[in-house]
Amino acid sequence: MNPERGPDVLAYLARRLGYYVVLLLVAVCLSYALAATALQPRAYFEARQPPPRPAAVQAQLAELGIDDHTPLYDRFGRWAAHAVRGDLGRTIDDTSVSDEFGRRVGVSLRLLVVGTAAGTVAGILAGAWTAVRQYRLSDRLVTLTSFLLLSTPVFLLAVLLKIGAIRINQALGTDLIQFTGEKTPGLQGGWAAHARDRAVHLLLPSLSIGLITLATYSRYQRSTMLDVLGSDYLRTAQAKGLTRRRALLRHGLRTALIPMSTFFSYNFLAVFTGAIFTEAIFGWHGMGEWLVASIGKDDVNSVVAVSTFAAVVVLLSGFVADLLHAALDPRVRHS
Amino acid sequence: MATAPEALLAGADTDDGLMAGPPSRARVTLHRFAAHRTAVAGLAVLLLLFVLAFAGPHLTRWSYSDIDYTALRSAPSARHWWGTNRIGQDVFAQTVRGLQKSLIIGLLVGVAATGGAAVVGACAGYFGGWTDRLLTFVTDLLLIFPGFLVISVVSPRLKGGGWLVFAFLLAFFAWMVTARVVRSMAISLREREFVRAARYMGVGPLRIIARHIVPNVASFLIIDATIAVGSAVMSETALSYFGFGVQPPDVSLGTLIADGTGAAVTYPWMFFFAAGLLVVFVLAVNLVGDGLRDAIDPTSDRRGRSPRTRRGGKAAAR
Repeated sequence: MNPERGPDVLAYLARRLGYYVVLLLVAVCLSYALAATALQPRAYFEARQPPPRPAAVQAQLAELGIDDHTPLYDRFGRWAAHAVRGDLGRTIDDTSVSDEFGRRVGVSLRLLVVGTAAGTVAGILAGAWTAVRQYRLSDRLVTLTSFLLLSTPVFLLAVLLKIGAIRINQALGTDLIQFTGEKTPGLQGGWAAHARDRAVHLLLPSLSIGLITLATYSRYQRSTMLDVLGSDYLRTAQAKGLTRRRALLRHGLRTALIPMSTFFSYNFLAVFTGAIFTEAIFGWHGMGEWLVASIGKDDVNSVVAVSTFAAVVVLLSGFVADLLHAALDPRVRHS
Repeated sequence: MATAPEALLAGADTDDGLMAGPPSRARVTLHRFAAHRTAVAGLAVLLLLFVLAFAGPHLTRWSYSDIDYTALRSAPSARHWWGTNRIGQDVFAQTVRGLQKSLIIGLLVGVAATGGAAVVGACAGYFGGWTDRLLTFVTDLLLIFPGFLVISVVSPRLKGGGWLVFAFLLAFFAWMVTARVVRSMAISLREREFVRAARYMGVGPLRIIARHIVPNVASFLIIDATIAVGSAVMSETALSYFGFGVQPPDVSLGTLIADGTGAAVTYPWMFFFAAGLLVVFVLAVNLVGDGLRDAIDPTSDRRGRSPRTRRGGKAAAR
């Protein structure tokens, strides 16, 4: 309609992107400052058996760039100068953080993307559907199920899924459902066998993430959809001749999704935290497992790397949410 | 136009006369809530859990830290109602103690986080401009800042009353998403007629936020507060599971579940009492929140009836 609409949207999105870059830089600086001051790599080295000489500890810390006697801004300057070139420093065991990052990032992303995408779509549909059928049997059943799932912490759900899988495997007498690690070690066969193997391993971890996401979204979506269902414009849409289904999809669901788009991005952080448990329980060597291990080892550079990854993932999903918001709500495009 | 003030006053008088007539909103809400059977059941379960958490420690002769060397890993019996764990501690005493701690932390965090979110979100949305930009930036920054990192570094160093600091940290990293939603709701409320009317009548901004903005997002805040209590308990459990939360010798449902996970298959009583109570508690909170939502929302009653008319309409169309 409006010829300036295209550039408006682009300018809006560019503004958001710029904002996210600033946000990311501040967050990385803060994470570095926090990790470098709160973690104590010196204590980690000094606690080793046999106790190393203080001079050796000092040399090692200086070598890794995590010497707490060097001023914080010097350490940060050195780290940042390498980081902009893609080198995230050394781990506390003197291996490359970037290599470790590369190994683990795909593992986590696979889990996060599959679990969240499936859970979000299913959750929104379930929520909208139950709102339309408020207080009927189907609403009560879906509601009860999502309440039960919402009341189950991720790690508990993961453990229960695992026990269930063991029972099914025992009943069938085969290893139908694999749930340890990302793939079967030493598997023979072509790419199809490998792809199938990976998909089977992905099943339970993404179920534990996806089911929780589904439950969360269906509750929020039901709530926003109920607000929309009582509105005058939906009645108007039906009064002017739209069928109920069409009115609900075009006017109801679209409007009810607007407050939800904020959740798209920020639910991701909760999912990321949940993924830490999922990775630990199913033996996936992903970013979450790395974070816990690194905090335990006072590994400053690795902690900063995982924090940066979490921030980037959340901001990316925030940007996707902005795209959705701009697509759904014309007021955003013109303000 | 000259008679307008008198007309307004007269109108206000009749309004006041009418306001005394219908039942108060609180009574209507209470009635609607009482009609919601699952919510009432949830409330009853919550009360029972509170009684269990606070009276339970006095019902048994075992304290949560007592060790019975004659009964290691023993199954539930008359001596140990819910059995003992691998070092001979009474599971009932430990579980009620852990439940108590988790209940307190969950409620504190849920209420504090939602309250903070309401204030920050409503102020950002209503004031707009630089207030909005600043508050939004802080919100976004905290959102992408790994709260897990702060809590996991700080809380293992807390001793004794440290769980209060832990609860504060949990709340501090739990309000941002809600604040963003409240903000976007406040932005659209700001332009509504009744808010404009209040503004043109000279009502102060803080009063408008308290009287007009927050009540209009209340149904969202209430359902969010319940989910927040649930997720606070789950965050607490999660962090305690990794040893980053409630510190020994103190126990919470989280530390108990962590201790029992390995024994879940062979010694189920070490795991399933704590895990079951956790799920039941969060479930009850969620059911109460749902009932409250339907009770508070003034349009929910109308909707409750409308599906029947709609169904009738559809049947006629067919």
